Amino acid sequence: MTNTIADIETADVILITGSNTTENHPVLSSFVKRAVAFKGTRLIVVDPRRIKMAGFAHQWIRQNLGTDVAWINGLMHVIIKEDLHDKAFVESRTQGFEELQKTVEKYTPEYVEEITGIPAQSIIDVARIYAKAEAASILYCMGITQQTSGTDNVKSLANLAMLCGNMGIPGGGVNPLRGQNNVQGACDMGGLPDVFSGYQKVVDLGSRQKMETAWGVSDLPDQPGLKVTQMLPKAHDGEFKALYIIGENPLVSDPDLNHAEKCLDNLDFMVVQDIFMTETAQKADVVLPSSCYAEKDGTFSNTERRVNRIRKAVDAPGEALADWEIICKISERMGYSMNYADSQAIFEEISQVTPSYGGITYSRLEAQSLHWPCPAPEHPGTPILHTEQFPIGKGIFHSIDFREPAETADEEYPLLLTTGRVLYQYHTGTMTMKTQGLNDRAPDCFVEISANDSAKYNLDEGALVEIASRRGEIAARIHISDKAVDGTIFIPFHYAQAAANRLTHAALDPVAKIPEYKVCAVKVSLAAA
Amino acid sequence: MDAINNIIINGNSFTFNTGDTILEVARQNDIDIPTLCYLKAVTPTGACRMCIVEAEGTDKLMAACTTPASDKMVILTESPRVIDARREILEMLLSSGNHNCAISSSVDDDWTAFQLKVQKDDGSDQLCPVWGDCRLQDLAYRYQVTGKLPESDVSIDPVEQVNPFIVRDFSRCILCGRCVQACNEVQVNNAIQFGYKGSTTKIITPGDKPLKDSNCVFCGECIQVCPVGALVEKDARYEVRQWETAKVKTTCPYCGVGCQLYLHVQDNQVVKITGAEESPPNYGSLCVKGRFGFDFINSPERLTTPLIKENGEFRKASWDEATELVASKFTEIKAAHGSDSIGVLTSARISNEENYLTNKFTRAVLKTNNIDHCARL
Ligand code: SF4
Ligand code: SF4
Ligand code: SF4
Ligand code: SF4
Ligand code: FES
Repeated sequence: MTNTIADIETADVILITGSNTTENHPVLSSFVKRAVAFKGTRLIVVDPRRIKMAGFAHQWIRQNLGTDVAWINGLMHVIIKEDLHDKAFVESRTQGFEELQKTVEKYTPEYVEEITGIPAQSIIDVARIYAKAEAASILYCMGITQQTSGTDNVKSLANLAMLCGNMGIPGGGVNPLRGQNNVQGACDMGGLPDVFSGYQKVVDLGSRQKMETAWGVSDLPDQPGLKVTQMLPKAHDGEFKALYIIGENPLVSDPDLNHAEKCLDNLDFMVVQDIFMTETAQKADVVLPSSCYAEKDGTFSNTERRVNRIRKAVDAPGEALADWEIICKISERMGYSMNYADSQAIFEEISQVTPSYGGITYSRLEAQSLHWPCPAPEHPGTPILHTEQFPIGKGIFHSIDFREPAETADEEYPLLLTTGRVLYQYHTGTMTMKTQGLNDRAPDCFVEISANDSAKYNLDEGALVEIASRRGEIAARIHISDKAVDGTIFIPFHYAQAAANRLTHAALDPVAKIPEYKVCAVKVSLAAA
Repeated sequence: MDAINNIIINGNSFTFNTGDTILEVARQNDIDIPTLCYLKAVTPTGACRMCIVEAEGTDKLMAACTTPASDKMVILTESPRVIDARREILEMLLSSGNHNCAISSSVDDDWTAFQLKVQKDDGSDQLCPVWGDCRLQDLAYRYQVTGKLPESDVSIDPVEQVNPFIVRDFSRCILCGRCVQACNEVQVNNAIQFGYKGSTTKIITPGDKPLKDSNCVFCGECIQVCPVGALVEKDARYEVRQWETAKVKTTCPYCGVGCQLYLHVQDNQVVKITGAEESPPNYGSLCVKGRFGFDFINSPERLTTPLIKENGEFRKASWDEATELVASKFTEIKAAHGSDSIGVLTSARISNEENYLTNKFTRAVLKTNNIDHCARL
């Protein structure tokens, strides 16, 4: 997030899109709800489902799946046409405005209505509400990123925020909500193919030399590696031989699961390090038991870049070890010795080689958590990013045109499927499904469908149905809900027995290589008795 | 700060900001005024009157949590009148329901009968589940109040046990309203409110249904704020006693909000979780996963030894054997097919330190940049 969670309560307008906030980020959603209920903040929700947050919104608008670039361009069209943009900000802090203006020219409210299904008047209303706010905050989540146009969507939201001068101010910003506890940290620490910790690029000679010195090695590879969504196809083709998987369960979470399964089967050697025998671990050649968060010291970085401590409370079961201890053991045996007394010693090394974490120490975290960038011991941390300038100097407007999603509904597969989470389960369920109460609340997979569609296809509440896409099929029970909108169904992806990702499409965003979980065409029929 | 804002509390003079309540000024200056219904950051209700103080020159006692401080006010927080009034309130609250922890003013057959009835209502022969962890009990002790028998005509709803996670014991509810405030003004889940009137007043969901059939999302904020034993974690009820647990502060392992929480540990097991009220970003709030989803830690299904697959079956192995196998396989594949034929998936679930080491291991030892995580998935 460019801004903090607490900062949300100071916004005049909040725009939420592609985030089912009350279920996926419940405590953060309270900040939004309080702002709306008690502080007069206006809330706009743009979502294909009538999620709970829509009930708090002054305006809920419903876009067709996969048409986000179009409505965002539509808002910018209206804002520029009505001269509501922040000219001082555009002038002094950005570049590329002229091209943007040209690109959004054709996105008239009427044209946008054709693509997105959002009434032209709503586009105009929402544009005015957003643009006239002193400070407007944008919150988004996977609904925006998990599309073939995910990168475009994110850039479009940034365009919108910059256009109205909503960057670098309290109550503003573009705020991605991270789905998993330490996604932010995994990225910050170099868990990406193209960067070391602190987003220092592997192609950059200076960064490589710095790491070589710090690590006492030579010849660090100088080309970006493969993303997970590229590794699997290469495994399928036999080019890719071994995979070391730590704490992930791609055999429920990956798109086009049937294909993913074949890819992993094709590996020569697979190691899985986890706390449970997951679906993925079953396929491994070696399984290594690790300790969970309650059994070790360390830090997590949350979605607002706040570095928080975790602390050991109980002993790990049996011989399970902390993930870092296991990595050290393997490394040692491969001839590179890693010696750390404890997690604090590792953190000290992180601070030395990672400028944005340079000023953070365990002793400072004891007193209070800190937002990176925090480059020096006396630096207070950075709750709000980009207050003076963007990392690259001026903010760049990216002129982006709408592209159709990879798959659209047709005669054979007449419904669109979108996937996501429910409040009571988490990710692939390996943790939450051990708690009886959570299973009581969310026991099984279900297909959320509108009353109209259920009538149209003759499907009663609770009926067992088969849902099929071009890639696979699963069975689940019908749940008629007013969250669903005609033509679109929703299935949670937590459940291995009815893994929604047997249906989803592995078509990737060309830049981020994120699969299109949020749009795929399906048909639903009563399961054979 | 406005120089003319001066208040005298218990003989000492303090300055304050216009709009501060007497309670806020007192707390800023470490003066302890007892409260029951007061909940920071929400609209004060003035429901319990426990925080009453005496203002010199007036004959009325006033609630410190709702009365703004004013210039030249002279306040006594523990005057004899204040103490008498507090004792009266405490006595009334203790006799309003099944408060079986209290010391009786007269131990007789009626008292014994009362204790037996409470045990029956509770379905337990132990004392109240929050014994030793209760504001009301603390205050009764502080002001040396003994219990009176409840009025015999108070009819009390039975304990609501049908919900996951939360047990509602109406007999111990003192109607302070904190849960209502927490649900509506902190979490804004709008699941509960005051219902009925007079002696039948009760905290209810719309239609007075059990929580599980209401809008309740089991965030447990209401348990966290309940000052007595009226709302208790189902699994911890009678199983977990505060004096037998240690608290360890940590970060929630689920979503990216990173809520700060306390693990309550008993016999090397996490038995309960509460929100850390003093810490951002959540200031004590949690959701159902963060508060109740901890059974996995102690699950019998946890992996406890390294495993090696042989002929399609896993067998147990030592760390030496397993790590040697992994190291030799990686070395072999690297030599035969090149570094870039190996990849590592790190995790959004493990710590920063561990992600950093995974990054170091992949690049410096395996010599590839094929490292990613499934966060986008
Ligand atoms: S709720 Fe408090 S006062 Fe009542 S019985 Fe329990 S410990 Fe005693
Ligand atoms: S349940 Fe607890 S918090 Fe709610 S009114 Fe009763 S005593 Fe107060
Ligand atoms: S658990 Fe949460 S939603 Fe349910 S009543 Fe309590 S505060 Fe309200
Ligand atoms: S308690 Fe809930 S909202 Fe907070 S970090 Fe955990 S999962 Fe997220
Ligand atoms: S704490 Fe002031 S009236 Fe209850």
